[in-house]
Amino acid sequence: MMRLPKFVYHAPTSVDEAGRILAGEGTAARVVAGGTDLYPNMKRGHQLPPVLVSLRRIPKITGISGTPETGLRIGACTSLTQLGSHPAVKSGYAALASAVLSISTPILRNMGTIGGNLCLDTRCNYYNQNYEWRRAIHFCMKCDGSICWVAPSSKTCLAINSSDTAPLLAALGGRARLISTRGERELAIKDLYNLDGIDYLNKRPDEILTEILLPPAGGWIASYRKLRRRGSFDFPVLGVAAVLWKEPDGRIRDAKIYLNAVASAPLEAKEAETCLVGRKLDTETIREAARLAAEMAKPVDNADFGIAWRKRMARVFTERALNDLKE
Amino acid sequence: MSQKPYRIVGHSLAKVDGPAKCTGQTKFADDLFLPGMVHAKLHRAPLPHARIVRVDTSEAEKMPGVVAVLTGKELPIPFGILPVSQDEHALCLDRIRFVGDPVAAVAALEEDIAFAAMNRIRVEYEPLKAVMSIQAALDNPEPRIHDYGEEGNIHKKVALEFGDVRHGFAGADEIFVDTFYYEGSTHLALEQHAVVAAPEPDGRLTVWSSTQTPHYVHRALAKVLELPPAYIRVIATPVGGGFGGKSDPFQHEIVAAKLALKIGRPVKICLTREEVFYCHRGRHPVLMSVKTGVKKDGSITAMHFRSVLDGGGYGSYGVASTYYTGALQTVTYRIPHYKFDGVRVFTNKPPCGPKRGHGTPQPRFALEVHLDKIAGHLGLDPAEMRRSQLVPPNSITANHLRIGSMGLGTCIDKVVGGSGWKKKFRRLPRGRGVGIACSSYISGAGLPIYWNRMPHTGVQIKLDRGGGICVFCGQIDIGQGSDSVLAQMVAEILGVDPLTIRLVTGDTDLTPVDLGSYSSRVTLMMGNAAIQAAERARDLVARAVAKQWKLSPSRIVFAAGRVFDTENPDQGMSFAESVQAAEAEFGTIGTVGSYTPPPSPGKYRGAGVGPSPAYSYSAAIAQVEVDPDTGWTQVERIWIAHDCGKCINPMLVTGQVEGSVYMGLGEALMEEQVFRANRNGVHKIPSMLDYKSPTTEDMCEVTTYLIEDPDPNGPFGAKEAGQGPLLPIAPAIANAVFDAVGVRIDEIPITPEKILRALRSPDRRCGPASYPRIPMPEPIRVPLPGTEA
Repeated sequence: MMRLPKFVYHAPTSVDEAGRILAGEGTAARVVAGGTDLYPNMKRGHQLPPVLVSLRRIPKITGISGTPETGLRIGACTSLTQLGSHPAVKSGYAALASAVLSISTPILRNMGTIGGNLCLDTRCNYYNQNYEWRRAIHFCMKCDGSICWVAPSSKTCLAINSSDTAPLLAALGGRARLISTRGERELAIKDLYNLDGIDYLNKRPDEILTEILLPPAGGWIASYRKLRRRGSFDFPVLGVAAVLWKEPDGRIRDAKIYLNAVASAPLEAKEAETCLVGRKLDTETIREAARLAAEMAKPVDNADFGIAWRKRMARVFTERALNDLKE
Repeated sequence: MSQKPYRIVGHSLAKVDGPAKCTGQTKFADDLFLPGMVHAKLHRAPLPHARIVRVDTSEAEKMPGVVAVLTGKELPIPFGILPVSQDEHALCLDRIRFVGDPVAAVAALEEDIAFAAMNRIRVEYEPLKAVMSIQAALDNPEPRIHDYGEEGNIHKKVALEFGDVRHGFAGADEIFVDTFYYEGSTHLALEQHAVVAAPEPDGRLTVWSSTQTPHYVHRALAKVLELPPAYIRVIATPVGGGFGGKSDPFQHEIVAAKLALKIGRPVKICLTREEVFYCHRGRHPVLMSVKTGVKKDGSITAMHFRSVLDGGGYGSYGVASTYYTGALQTVTYRIPHYKFDGVRVFTNKPPCGPKRGHGTPQPRFALEVHLDKIAGHLGLDPAEMRRSQLVPPNSITANHLRIGSMGLGTCIDKVVGGSGWKKKFRRLPRGRGVGIACSSYISGAGLPIYWNRMPHTGVQIKLDRGGGICVFCGQIDIGQGSDSVLAQMVAEILGVDPLTIRLVTGDTDLTPVDLGSYSSRVTLMMGNAAIQAAERARDLVARAVAKQWKLSPSRIVFAAGRVFDTENPDQGMSFAESVQAAEAEFGTIGTVGSYTPPPSPGKYRGAGVGPSPAYSYSAAIAQVEVDPDTGWTQVERIWIAHDCGKCINPMLVTGQVEGSVYMGLGEALMEEQVFRANRNGVHKIPSMLDYKSPTTEDMCEVTTYLIEDPDPNGPFGAKEAGQGPLLPIAPAIANAVFDAVGVRIDEIPITPEKILRALRSPDRRCGPASYPRIPMPEPIRVPLPGTEA
């Protein structure tokens, strides 16, 4: 079988302690929560951190507080199962609950955390292979190599962001709190990502994502549509999150649409958003917005299904996500 | 067969291996740990086709913890499952033929060290042009992947004509031609292959392996290691899923054995999931053309079927697979004149071989979709058209296959009735549809893999004076329930609880030879041998008891763990007492049974593939919903009827049917064993996450009808159930997709992309454009049965 490489495992009980270990270890250390992304990657030799700092024993960053009226604070180590089945999330943030419950499998959701899903390593089927396979293709720029096999002329890595929660949290205006020994900062989830398959996260190695802040529920409606081959296990090959703020007369005051799994970061479909604002959500408007959103999707051949079909589905799935938000 | 009701046979009893499996106590090959055992890994080629210039193992040898390194030089003798394809080496000698072909091996104290050392082996290659598709193999005779075969990169050509197809086509009202493609897929058994080999102090060797065919592994080990077979003991451990993927002798088995002999310690090799994708031997990708002449009523006047198989890098079962793509077309519907051209090419990919249905799901898909189109053109109901031209029972087909019992008509009636076919076909709203397909499969191959006149299976029974029954048979349970079937049949005859029977299976030292768990042969062949052995044991005991009671032995019956006088049931004794009586009378009680299939009527060259003691039949109707915006197909429900002759255990038969539906769904909709020709021919997706096989979430509702049309050749009338029910699933779905949205997907898998492409194409079809021109030899002309000079 494929086995985990050896590493030192720290299990601090406070964020401060974890931060100190991380500051001391420098780039040798990696944070681990549920491990459902990192450990398989370590088995395949993608990351071989000699030191792991586990967040699982830090009580303060697990659990959900607040109410839909005031907004929610979600500890980054809250398991996906906990999050998706939490009454306040189900009642006030139903689209988030359904996005969360579409991640992987029930068993992996018991281990995987919301923080982990947001920090999920970018994916590519030239990269998510074991060491011997990657050696056979002379490696790629994301790990051990220098070229992007998906597009050999590309200067950046085109591995895709495959988080199911990132596009929706970005669209909702969710925020992330990052803590290190050098202080703490809060940034919008949409700013957590870079359009680079290697340096995909706007987070320093010594920073710990401790919590996610959700705005109050109400006043907006949201939908998440996920495309994948099977009813379980699979990462999205397309995720569409749509959030609308409507006037009393039904006209759209503000709109946020994010596509995921089509690039190294969740992409905001700004033209589609602009097209929606001030209009009512009728069939014609939906079709136009979906067409504009789909123009942004430029899938490359590094995930399941063919790229022409995946691009076409960006339009269909945006239409469907918006249709979910009709009165 | 006796008409009396059975007490054990025909009942859904719990599997005899159930408790151990459910409590995690079954010892699979990877669960074996022996004192002093070391771990070995195979260094595999990173190129699809190359000459080996140099193998440098020095860096690996220097690593602390490494105990031995092995290269092909120490294992120069070739092997292979078929006598005509001895083209594999345990470690490649001078040439590698696909990414994953093993070149060297290293054994170390720990598996981690073996992994690290494996990656320190340096191999210098001289790359050769790689052939990655059927067309490339036809277009590039050089460089040859093997220096044997027909010519260039064509491994095998088969051309057979039964009767006179020209005459048959001349008598047709209409002639239809279609081309089809069926993508390769792999078995995806949950258990990865594993082996442990241990040397014995007396120069002997014991090998535990997760194999479906311990007898063939035994033969290959004896050949390659140059040891007398009596010095080698192969024990097949419980197999965590086989589906044909553990039917070849494998490199890792031979390497573990050689290393164990070399270093004098037990050696374990457990493959990674990725390596299992390289071992493969799964479904051949097959391109097919079918031409059929029909009368206006749908009756067939002649058929010409052509297939070309993408064989991968080695022979494996490929010659048999090639014949199988043309053998069983004739056993469902009457085909008076039949011609078959089959071609297998070598390509630089993992070798293909037998996967559930071995060589027959591909042509069955082609045939059943082709017939659906013909029915449409002729304005006939496809279910009725099939129903009206069934091969009669107890007949001989154009290609000289002897049909015994034939329950396909009942199967069709069951699914047509159960599904509401008549109300649904061509009548559901757009986007929803139903489709029908039928099939047949062998209950064991009529001939062994290597020519011999010995039995295909043997069963020994030993009765203990304490009442214990020990049954010995070379068969191995691969999850299909053969252990339970064996216990139930013996228990029926000896009148005991099957759970009291001790089974000793798949051990070449202890058990009589059984050829293995492949070709759906076990229930029928082992069953007949078990009946013979059990009846011989029962007769001995009955004679002894009868003598004690001064009765005729015919009055002695066995039931509920006791032995009775049938005319005076108060007179009885325990089964143990009856064995004591027999042992006192005859000495130690042991009996044997064996089974050899009846000779086939076919005598032509190539007649060895297709004959079987009995044929199972299946009919399936699929109901689908197709989203015209995305092409997404949801299979809502499958109704399937399977004629298995007689259920030894209906629950197990239902399990096999449902499992076949599940596997068929995966092949029909998503599974693809595909490679990146642009990147050194690596397997595109060698993992269980990326190789898409359905999850429980993707499984449809299944309604199973078990049809019992007992076959005189079957034990208690039983025929096969493990493979046949897979065959109609893909074509039934393809036909249902057409009923739903009016497009023909003539290519497996039926993906949403293909449906959308077909919906937007003028011919409303997605499939191969043409069948390649391949010069074929003059066919072997075989007169129709009964017309031979």
